[in-house]
Amino acid sequence: MNKLLLASNNVGWADDRKPNKLMLKMLYPLGHKGFLSSAQPTILALMLSFNVLAEPRATGDLGLIIEREDSTALIINTTEHKQLAKITGLGDLSHATVVFSRDQRYAYVFGRDGGLSKIDLLQDQLAKRIVQAGNSIGGAISQDGKLIAVSNYEPGGVKVFAADTLELVADIPAEYAPGKRSKVVGLVDAPGQKFVFSLFDAGEIWTLDMKNPQKPAIAKFKNIGKEPYDALMSPEGRFYIAGLFGESGLALLDLWDTAAGVKRILPTYGKDDDKLPVYKMPHLEGWAMAGDLLFAPAIGKHEVLVINKRDWTLLKAIPVLGQPVFVMARPDARQVWVNFAMPDNNHLQIIDVKDLAVTNMLTPGKAVLHMEFTPRGEQVWVALRDDNQVVVYDTATLQEAAPRLAAQHPNGIFFSSRAHKIGF
Amino acid sequence: MIKKLLLTGCLIATSFIHASQAEPTSARQTELHNLLKNDCGACHGLTLQGGMGPALLPEKLAGKPDELLVTTILEGRKGTAMPPWKPFMNRDEVVWLVGVLRNR
Repeated sequence: MNKLLLASNNVGWADDRKPNKLMLKMLYPLGHKGFLSSAQPTILALMLSFNVLAEPRATGDLGLIIEREDSTALIINTTEHKQLAKITGLGDLSHATVVFSRDQRYAYVFGRDGGLSKIDLLQDQLAKRIVQAGNSIGGAISQDGKLIAVSNYEPGGVKVFAADTLELVADIPAEYAPGKRSKVVGLVDAPGQKFVFSLFDAGEIWTLDMKNPQKPAIAKFKNIGKEPYDALMSPEGRFYIAGLFGESGLALLDLWDTAAGVKRILPTYGKDDDKLPVYKMPHLEGWAMAGDLLFAPAIGKHEVLVINKRDWTLLKAIPVLGQPVFVMARPDARQVWVNFAMPDNNHLQIIDVKDLAVTNMLTPGKAVLHMEFTPRGEQVWVALRDDNQVVVYDTATLQEAAPRLAAQHPNGIFFSSRAHKIGF
Repeated sequence: MIKKLLLTGCLIATSFIHASQAEPTSARQTELHNLLKNDCGACHGLTLQGGMGPALLPEKLAGKPDELLVTTILEGRKGTAMPPWKPFMNRDEVVWLVGVLRNR
């Protein structure tokens, strides 16, 4: 019996998967006292069925689909294209983003209402949830995976939590003048246990060094440009680039040379042109760096800008269908996929990086809100908010690769492969 | 009693103002509700408690006259991220939408 117990303890749980409540009930039908003494035949039978219950699950190809109006997220398997579970009670997800623990077991969901939810992908359950602010926009996980940082609009600032317990480690108010706090945007992780973020109302970029969690060290870069609205980190963790809403160009911080300060990229581009009204703020998260090229949405224009990373000059402005929202490079950087603000949000355009031109357009359905590539880019998942569907494309043939998945008003798709990427 | 009468008077007056506006058809109302939820909601939040843009809850709008709100929605606000929505709705529809926001 002991041998059998030992054997069954060695199989079953992936990583440190713990038995869930149901399994414990089955293991200890009479409570702990009765175990091994009065119920041996039952236990033996249960042990045999135990492996079925605790079928091992890997989490490296899982992901989350956010359902914006239902406070729910679907755990999905990206290889089998299927839904595994629905997690409820996640608050206001009208804007949401997700980071993953480095063991890819946990997903941290940052909701609009300041909610920070930790989801256990192994056990299909909400492990912990706190509401840490009144209104928040995004989050990041530290280099060592031990800290979760959240960027807040209200009250403006960044809060840092322990990834395991979600206990508060540091509170960084974005106070840029006495009594004045800014909304914080474009929060990303950076090498050296740092976070970098931008102050929308102040036009500043701050770096936050958390090597000593008791003594957070902040460096501030002022006058970086008016109204940074979002930012991205280059894949190697060197360049932090914030898009500006209030004036032309992008603000660039080279983390290898912070003494040089923040430089402006394309300071005069489109300066004198009439800007179109912006019906949805572009997102820079999900960098589109393809080799030496940076692809960025032009704000208030129907263009994707191609910037040469070597000297930060404009190589080309590619005309596109509408105002770009997400401009995302396929992981091999051969294609860049673009979706658009309303009223062009039923379409996707695909730029061939070889030619720096739009080569294809897809019309998958109503309200294309987000997309996510599989880790090596053979497929892309696309959220169709108003069709209540997620469509999966083969990125080579541009044909649908699987039956469409049902999801209620999906507005974000996040794969656990993000766990190992800087700036995600 | 006087209060009650006054209140009734107000209600009649309000409904009279409403009746003078061309109310959107029910199909159009659904579209406008969706627009409010999804497109206004992108900046002001699904529950209208604010985001990049300010909160649009009835108590936040209480001190602001209808005309200001209608103009802001139609024309946008220069120097802010608020775009003009007149390509997507007419004045009557905006007046109706302001009523929805005010919860009346």
